[in-house]
Amino acid sequence: MEWELSSDRPIYIQLIEQLQAAIIAGNLSPGDKIPSVRDLASEAQVNPNTMQKALAELERNGLLYTERTSGRYITSDKELIMKLKKQSAKSQIQEFIEKMKLMGFQPEETLALIEETIKDK
Amino acid sequence: MIINMNTILECNQITKRYSSLTALTSVNLSLGRGKVIGLLGPNGSGKTTLIKIINGLLVPNEGTLLVNGQKPGPETKKIVSYLPDKSYLPDWMKVKDAINMYQDFYENFNKNKAYEMLKRLDLDPNRKLKSLSKGTKEKVQLILVMSRDADLYCLDEPIGGVDPAARDYILNTIITNYNENSTVLISTHLIADIENVLDEVIFIKEGHITLHNSVDEIRSQEGKSIDTLFREVFKC
Repeated sequence: MEWELSSDRPIYIQLIEQLQAAIIAGNLSPGDKIPSVRDLASEAQVNPNTMQKALAELERNGLLYTERTSGRYITSDKELIMKLKKQSAKSQIQEFIEKMKLMGFQPEETLALIEETIKDK
Repeated sequence: MIINMNTILECNQITKRYSSLTALTSVNLSLGRGKVIGLLGPNGSGKTTLIKIINGLLVPNEGTLLVNGQKPGPETKKIVSYLPDKSYLPDWMKVKDAINMYQDFYENFNKNKAYEMLKRLDLDPNRKLKSLSKGTKEKVQLILVMSRDADLYCLDEPIGGVDPAARDYILNTIITNYNENSTVLISTHLIADIENVLDEVIFIKEGHITLHNSVDEIRSQEGKSIDTLFREVFKC
């Protein structure tokens, strides 16, 4: 997995975001086993404590779960992943709508423009 | 005094003077276990002095310092693994001689681990230290230091003279070799290169500790990198 970390925000938050994005995009598939904390930390060139913190947070929100003896897995709950996918899409759309408002477009006009653009394609 | 089992290092009002120069002034510090901690300060701020006191190479004029609840001495040297800021291995030695020397000196030295790391570097143990480049020699020294199963690792400028690829190797060696019971204290002024692997940072300025906090906390409070904050705090 490719990691891109900027240094002006807490690393564990960026790790959470990037793992979530990989799960949403399907780069990490439901039910897959993920590498160990040490391997992931080494790959991302971060401290294992920080990686552990990120994974613990993803476990808390249900995206990951631990099998006591065999390691960590990505949830098989496809609904949960879909929910997250929608959430992520919605926040992108909201951001876009805000930008269009700044340019002077009302949401209905933005919608019309989107439809027009899709048709042109 | 109650000794917290989770504390590996406790400094209480440490002051160190070199004749007219005061290198450290009333330093108080408490370090927990299982962390990678950056000791950050410009040249001449007291980093090496503090590390030498931890290793019993210097004695403070005032104050006490405890490693795992004990004053620096033979017992603490067993559990502290120290990488000095200068090369200290005799040039005539082969890499494997240095490994054997460490094996003789330290009960907690793990020879297999050292050879494994050498192999990953693709380095022949029969090479003489004299024939190695500066960067490779630094890597060999780091391998020796990190192959000890210690409680506290004190690394004085471990990434000073090496190229960026070697830096990545060194940082990787550090983060893959410490465990939840041990703490790594890294002194450096090259902050941008190492800040992603640090749990905590200590800023030291003219012999005073001016900041000791977790990296995540600083980033979320200040909204900037440790490197940026350092440049602001230590602006000339």
